[in-house]
Amino acid sequence: MKQAAIGTRKCAKASLEETPWEVCMGDDFIVETRSLTKEFKGFVAVSDVNLKVRRHTIHALIGPNGAGKTTCFNLVTKFLTPTRGQILFNGRDITKAAPAAIARQGMVRSFQISAVFGHLTVLENVRVALQRVQGNSFHFWRSDSCLASLNERADELVEAVGITEYRDIPAGELSYGRKRALEIATTLALDPEMLLLDEPMAGMGTEDVKRTAELIRRVAANRTILMVEHNLSVVADLSDTITVLKLGHILAEGSYKDVSSNPEVVEAYMGAGHGEAGHG
Amino acid sequence: MSSTPTSSGSVSPQKILVLALIVLGLIAPFGIYPIFLMKGLCFALFAAAFNLLLGYVGLLSFGHAMFFGFSAYVTAHGAKEWGLTPELAVLAGVATAVVLGAFTGWLAIRRSGIYFAMVTLAFSQMMYFVAVQAPFTHGEDGIQGVPRGHLFGLIDLNSTLNMYYFVFALFVGALLIIHRIIHSPFGQVLKAIRDNEPRAISLGYEVERYKLLAFTLSAGLAGLAGSVKALVFQLASLADVHWHASGEVVLMTLLGGVGTVFGPTVGAFLVVAIQNYFSEVGSWVTIIQGVIFVFCVLLFRSGMVGVLTPWLKRRGIRG
Repeated sequence: MKQAAIGTRKCAKASLEETPWEVCMGDDFIVETRSLTKEFKGFVAVSDVNLKVRRHTIHALIGPNGAGKTTCFNLVTKFLTPTRGQILFNGRDITKAAPAAIARQGMVRSFQISAVFGHLTVLENVRVALQRVQGNSFHFWRSDSCLASLNERADELVEAVGITEYRDIPAGELSYGRKRALEIATTLALDPEMLLLDEPMAGMGTEDVKRTAELIRRVAANRTILMVEHNLSVVADLSDTITVLKLGHILAEGSYKDVSSNPEVVEAYMGAGHGEAGHG
Repeated sequence: MSSTPTSSGSVSPQKILVLALIVLGLIAPFGIYPIFLMKGLCFALFAAAFNLLLGYVGLLSFGHAMFFGFSAYVTAHGAKEWGLTPELAVLAGVATAVVLGAFTGWLAIRRSGIYFAMVTLAFSQMMYFVAVQAPFTHGEDGIQGVPRGHLFGLIDLNSTLNMYYFVFALFVGALLIIHRIIHSPFGQVLKAIRDNEPRAISLGYEVERYKLLAFTLSAGLAGLAGSVKALVFQLASLADVHWHASGEVVLMTLLGGVGTVFGPTVGAFLVVAIQNYFSEVGSWVTIIQGVIFVFCVLLFRSGMVGVLTPWLKRRGIRG
C-alpha cells in the first residue's frame, strides 16, 4: 500500500491539465535541450546537444569518463549556466531560471555524492523537503513542533524506502546505500514530475544496486527519470531510451539493443565496457 | 526517543540545568563583581549571536564588530544627546544593527567560505573608519559619560544591581530567542543549508534569502549586546568596532563550542575572565589566550560544551 503511494504522483492530474495540448500529442517531451553548449575557458564540455526526454520514461545518459554527462545534468538543472542553447521544461523556456525555481517547478535532481543533511535525523531530512510547501519556512519565531503534522507523510516515505528503523538517527551515520535511499525518499517528498539521478548506483554493492533499481522502477510510474549511470546492466534493465555521449557530443540514441550494437558506441567503450555491453 | 512513556523523565535534566543556571545568574552578583558579570554577559550575548551564524548556517563572519560597535555608538549617542530612555536607546541600537546587517548581509551572502569572511571584514573596516571620522563618535575619545537613566522611567539603572538584572533579563531573553530560532521551521532549513547547500537548493530553497534573514537576526542580536555594553560601561569606543572585537568573538565561540546553545557563553566568560584576572601580566594575556586556544583546538575540537554535553549525556543514561 505504502509502495503504491510513492509510485503515483498525487498531482499528476493537475500538471497534465496545465499542458493539455502537449498531452494530446503522441510525441510528448518533458525536457528538451536545443544546441546546448557549455565551454570552460576554451574547453568544450558539452557541445550542441539536442536531448529530448519523453514523458513517463526512464532515460539514461551514458558515456565514457569526461563525456559531459554530469555537465549536461548540471546544465539542465541550472547548477551551471549554459554558454549557448536553450532548455525547455514542459514547453517552458527555463534557460534563465534559478536552480531553486526549477526544483519548485517539479524537476528535482540528486547528486553523485549522496546528498543528505548529516546532522538532521532521517525523519527531519524528509521533513525539510515537505516543509517548504507548507509555507512556514521563514517563521523563525514558531516552534518546530508545528512541523509534527508532516511526520505522518515523512514516515510513509521513510518506510517506502525501507529505512524506518533508522528514523531518529542523524543521517550522517547511515551506511552509503541507506543514505542513497534516504536521498530518494527526500526527493520523492517533493512529489516531482521529473527526477534527475546522477549515478544513483555509484559505489554500491550488488544487494544495494538491486534494491535501488527496484526502487527507481517503482518511482518511475507516472514520473520521468533522466539518469547518468555507469552500471550498464542496470541501464539495460531500467531504461527505455539511452543517449550515449562522447566528448560532449551525442554519439547515439535509442533502445539498449540499438545502442549496444552500434559499432561507434562499442568502440567508445572499448575493453571493459565492451564486455559488459555484450551480455545485455 | 519521543515515544518514551515517561516523557517528564527524559526532559527534566535539561530543564533542571537551565533553571539552575538562571538561579545561579540571579544570585551571582552577590558573590562576584557585578561589572565583570555584566561584561561577561554582554560578550556572551555577542558570541551567541555570532554562533547563530557560524554554528547554524555555517557562515564565518569576520565583521560582527561593526554591529556590536555601531549599536553601542547609537545607544550612547541616543541616551546622551537625545535623552532617550535606556530601553529606547537600546532599541535604536538594535534597529541600527538590523539595518546595517540587512544591507551588508545582502552583499556578503553572495559569497561563502573565506570570501564571505573577507567581505564582512571589509565592511567592518569601512565602518571602523566611519567611526574614526564621524563627529558624533568623538573619534579616539569615544562617547563617554553615557547616562544609564531610568528603565521605563521607573527603575534607576545607576544602581549596579538594577543594571545587572536588566542585563541578565535581556541576556536570558535573547538566548531564548536564539533557542527558538534554532528550533523553528526556519532553523531546520538553516541546518539543512549548513549541512549541504546544493542539496537544499535542489529541494527548491532559495538559500540566499534564508542566509540573509539569519545574518540580519544575528546582526540585530550582536547589536543588542553592543547597546547593553554601552550602557553598562557608560562608554562607546573605537575598541568595540575594531576588528579585534570580531576576532575575539570567533575565539570565544570556538573555545566554548560552536553550534551549541551554551558554548559561546562559556567561551565568552572564559576569555573575559582571562582578560580581567590576568590583566596585571599585560601583554602575556594574548599569549595565554593563544595557548589555551591551541590546546582547545588540539584536544577538544567541538569546544568545551561540545565535549562536555555528550559526556554528561552518557552519564545521564547510565545514572
